[in-house]
Amino acid sequence: MTALLYIFAFLIFPGLLFSGSMGLLVGWIDRKVTARLQWRVGPPWYQNFLDLIKLALYKETLIPSGVSGAMFLGMPVLALTSATLVSTILFLINGSPRTGFIGDVIVVVYLLLIPAVALILGGFASANSLASLGSSREMKLMLSYELPFILALIVVIMKCGCAIRLGDIIMYQRSHGDIFMNPSGGISFFVMLICIQAKLGFVPFDMPEAETEIMAGAYIEYSGKALAIFKLARAVLLFVIPVFLITLYFGGIKLSLDGLVKAMIEYLLILILMIVVKNTNPRVRIDQAMKFFWGVVTVLALLSLALAYLGR
Amino acid sequence: MGLREFVLTRSINIFHVSSGSCNNCDIEILDALTPRFDLERFGLVLVGSIKHADIMLCTGSCNRLAVPIIKKLYETMPKPGFVVVYGACGCSRGLFKDSYNTLAPLDEIIPVDAYIPGCPPKPEATIAALVKLVGKVRAGKDIRS
Ligand code: SF4
Repeated sequence: MTALLYIFAFLIFPGLLFSGSMGLLVGWIDRKVTARLQWRVGPPWYQNFLDLIKLALYKETLIPSGVSGAMFLGMPVLALTSATLVSTILFLINGSPRTGFIGDVIVVVYLLLIPAVALILGGFASANSLASLGSSREMKLMLSYELPFILALIVVIMKCGCAIRLGDIIMYQRSHGDIFMNPSGGISFFVMLICIQAKLGFVPFDMPEAETEIMAGAYIEYSGKALAIFKLARAVLLFVIPVFLITLYFGGIKLSLDGLVKAMIEYLLILILMIVVKNTNPRVRIDQAMKFFWGVVTVLALLSLALAYLGR
Repeated sequence: MGLREFVLTRSINIFHVSSGSCNNCDIEILDALTPRFDLERFGLVLVGSIKHADIMLCTGSCNRLAVPIIKKLYETMPKPGFVVVYGACGCSRGLFKDSYNTLAPLDEIIPVDAYIPGCPPKPEATIAALVKLVGKVRAGKDIRS
């Protein structure tokens, strides 16, 4: 019975169907706000669904010759599976904070890493020089943003009395107030915000798939269903990463009317902030990004860590 | 019009091929995406890889070196895919008609679905051609692909 429930959770409600369609909708918000910022009208709300249906049902899926098909086609599925698992775990724990297991924060961090790893492997597997270039850039970017990301996460864990269960983090914030309100929490939230900008591959950190220089990077050889699955994985990530931030810094999603409204407002604020940053910045080079993440951002993260150690 | 025709005509990814154009056509293509015309309203975006494309938009005079590349690109495009030729150069070789280096216009190299004449064509002409192509697909006349 519980197994069936979990399968339902993975496939339908907080999992694939729900987070996938929410992700496509959020992707539309991204496109629409971008269009409005550029004084355009922008596509209708169902545009991303049409794109996905077209790729999944009506286009050919090509596999380049001399490529390991299992690797090439398996990577999108891996990315989608882990993104969906993150969404399932986060929503189940937000629904009932007492469930979950010890160390699920760490599991979520690793699962959030897997789509990037899958993209890297898929790019290398597609036997295309531009794709390998995109993959190598993605790898360097991953190395650079993971350090401040984990440091910022440690701040949250320290503030919650070394809780490494998401449920404990949520419960702590419900009794002691949101972590975002502390000085250390505020700083680490902004560090996290910059890191997820890179995690989602948004400008200024979109050099792994720079359309104008390396032609979509690691995605270049993907077509049809494989590309559709990658796009869906991206959409799920776009939906789920702000939810992760809300869970860590704003006490999660309470299952009451005002709790849901609060979560929605926080979600939209985070999203719009990311989109505005995306639209008002040029792309940086990979070495600049590495310097930025290992320099300024890491120093900020260490500062907030020190503050958290002093109990602020 | 079934779901297939609707989806294919409302989500169009364009890949832009330049085979020896003077760069004027290429700039005019981008004009159609600017706020004044905003083709993204109809789900039309430029993509960087031929494998993501539905339409191959060809500019330029198809010179000798470019011909094998154009053929290869056409073969790699996932089907159903369409070819639109943009500008006088591609349609008829334009002012390079008697050049030693341009052997044939594009429609003698690969099958072409729509022509956009002009040197360079206006964005209105681009939109008109795309509307015609959409009408063709919606009427079910895309059997070749
Ligand atoms: S058609 Fe005219 S504008 Fe276009 S590439 Fe040829 S010469 Fe240039």
